[in-house]
Amino acid sequence: MTVTKEESGQEDADDNGDMSGGGDGYVPSQRRIERERYTRARARRATAIAALSTLVTGVVLYLVVVNAPGWPRTKETFFSAEYAREAFPKVLEGLWLNVRLLLVCGVAVLVLGMLIAVARTLRGPVFFPLRALAAAYTDFFRGLPLIINLMIVVLGVPALRLQGVTVDPVLLGGTALTLTYSAYVAEVFRAGIESVHPSQRAAARSLGLTNRQALRHVVLPQAVRRQVPPLLNDLVSLQKDTGLVSIGGAVDAVRAADIIVGRSLNYTPYIVAGLVFVALTIPMTRFTDWVTARMDRRRAQGGAL
Amino acid sequence: MSDAPVLRMESVRKTFGDSVVLRDVDLEVAPHTVTALIGASGSGKSTLLRCANLLEDIDDGAIWLDGEEITDPRADQDAVRRRIGVVFQAYNLFPHMTVLENITLAPRRVHGVSRAEAEARARELLERLGLGGKSGEYPDRLSGGQQQRVAIVRALAVRPRLLLLDEVTAALDPELVGEVLTVVRDLKDDGMTMVLATHEMGFARDVADQVCFLDGGVVLERGTAEQVFGDPQQERTRRFLRRIVEAGRL
Repeated sequence: MTVTKEESGQEDADDNGDMSGGGDGYVPSQRRIERERYTRARARRATAIAALSTLVTGVVLYLVVVNAPGWPRTKETFFSAEYAREAFPKVLEGLWLNVRLLLVCGVAVLVLGMLIAVARTLRGPVFFPLRALAAAYTDFFRGLPLIINLMIVVLGVPALRLQGVTVDPVLLGGTALTLTYSAYVAEVFRAGIESVHPSQRAAARSLGLTNRQALRHVVLPQAVRRQVPPLLNDLVSLQKDTGLVSIGGAVDAVRAADIIVGRSLNYTPYIVAGLVFVALTIPMTRFTDWVTARMDRRRAQGGAL
Repeated sequence: MSDAPVLRMESVRKTFGDSVVLRDVDLEVAPHTVTALIGASGSGKSTLLRCANLLEDIDDGAIWLDGEEITDPRADQDAVRRRIGVVFQAYNLFPHMTVLENITLAPRRVHGVSRAEAEARARELLERLGLGGKSGEYPDRLSGGQQQRVAIVRALAVRPRLLLLDEVTAALDPELVGEVLTVVRDLKDDGMTMVLATHEMGFARDVADQVCFLDGGVVLERGTAEQVFGDPQQERTRRFLRRIVEAGRL
């Protein structure tokens, strides 16, 4: 339950801190003082109501949960402090693997996604196979469930016993993630490229820039800038999906929790691992929101991006 | 200086689907002259300019630039565009680049001019067009008139043989039109060859050596400004000019 600025009237109070604005000897009228006193009183009342209703809701929720049948057993199985203490350091240790996977896969996905998106925009008959291949790639990997992709690559590829091909579940898992996410990110880039108005390309071509130079200097910079929010969104998604490499036995945060659960039959470690992922994605999500809001604001001011 | 036309069009035809936008258009633009294309919206003025710059492929006819046929499918389109500057109605500046970057992009990337040299020329042109302090600004911080003058500088920076201006004042507030038209008049005095599509009849009468009245994709009437504005031969031209006068635009 959040108290928004409108409800609390906080913003109004801030604006009215200095009523002698303008520096021209202006003295606020009685009307203004009266109006502002009323607004402040209403704001205080709104804050008080919000606080009270939050408190009441909290207490009710607490009582409902604690008095629910089966709560003691749920608490013991999912929220055991003892198992949480045991699991936390191991989960954190495993999480380092997830973070490294995110960094490496994130870069690979951006590069590969951009190449595929550009391949789809190439013109001319020579590039037909490349265009077709890129289109087929995105269609296939966007439709293929990630879990099947992972099972084929992480479990299936080692079964081939190919010489010189790794059987490391981390490398294979990272490859599978990159394959799927490149398809998503390629579509994001492509949408960005298509969102740049044709008049921009016309202006670039009219200056004598080749198609390729127009793409490189005029279209792509604008496309990438516009697509930052959806790209960050996909990275948040990738961040939590790195947990899926555990199906191959790589000891990441999920697998670390799984090991303890398997031994103790207490599910608290899963909760711990889950919360750690949530804690990791929240800053990223907030950052995405911030970037999006900032860009929306710029657009609202009439500035193109 | 020879008087061979800079731009020549012969029997140009252009269609979009079922609608014929240009029909049998002939045009000759002599060096250092200004040609004004007038006519109602949709009469084909903008399309004619886009065809001249190869932004649109023509269906029939031919176009020559300095005696070289540019509509020949074997012609190097990029090389042709390098010799023609275009200024668009909606400015079409690159929003992610500063004024200076907008102007120096083509000289540096297309013509291989060094950064220092390109920037020096850009600053000189900006200064001349009254935009001296604006080189570091982004386009969205400028007024419409300033943006359009930057667009003109951008087109001039590559020293084009021919400048095409497509309704360059149509998107501007009335009080900003003058500053852009002054620039165009100065360019004429410098000897720049220009073709402009315009709704500013007073300006066209003032600055143009040749006026072409387009109607339904056909050049219905052409001549000097005095002939077309002072003594129009065609009934449709007379009607068009009468409407303009009634609207207080002439």
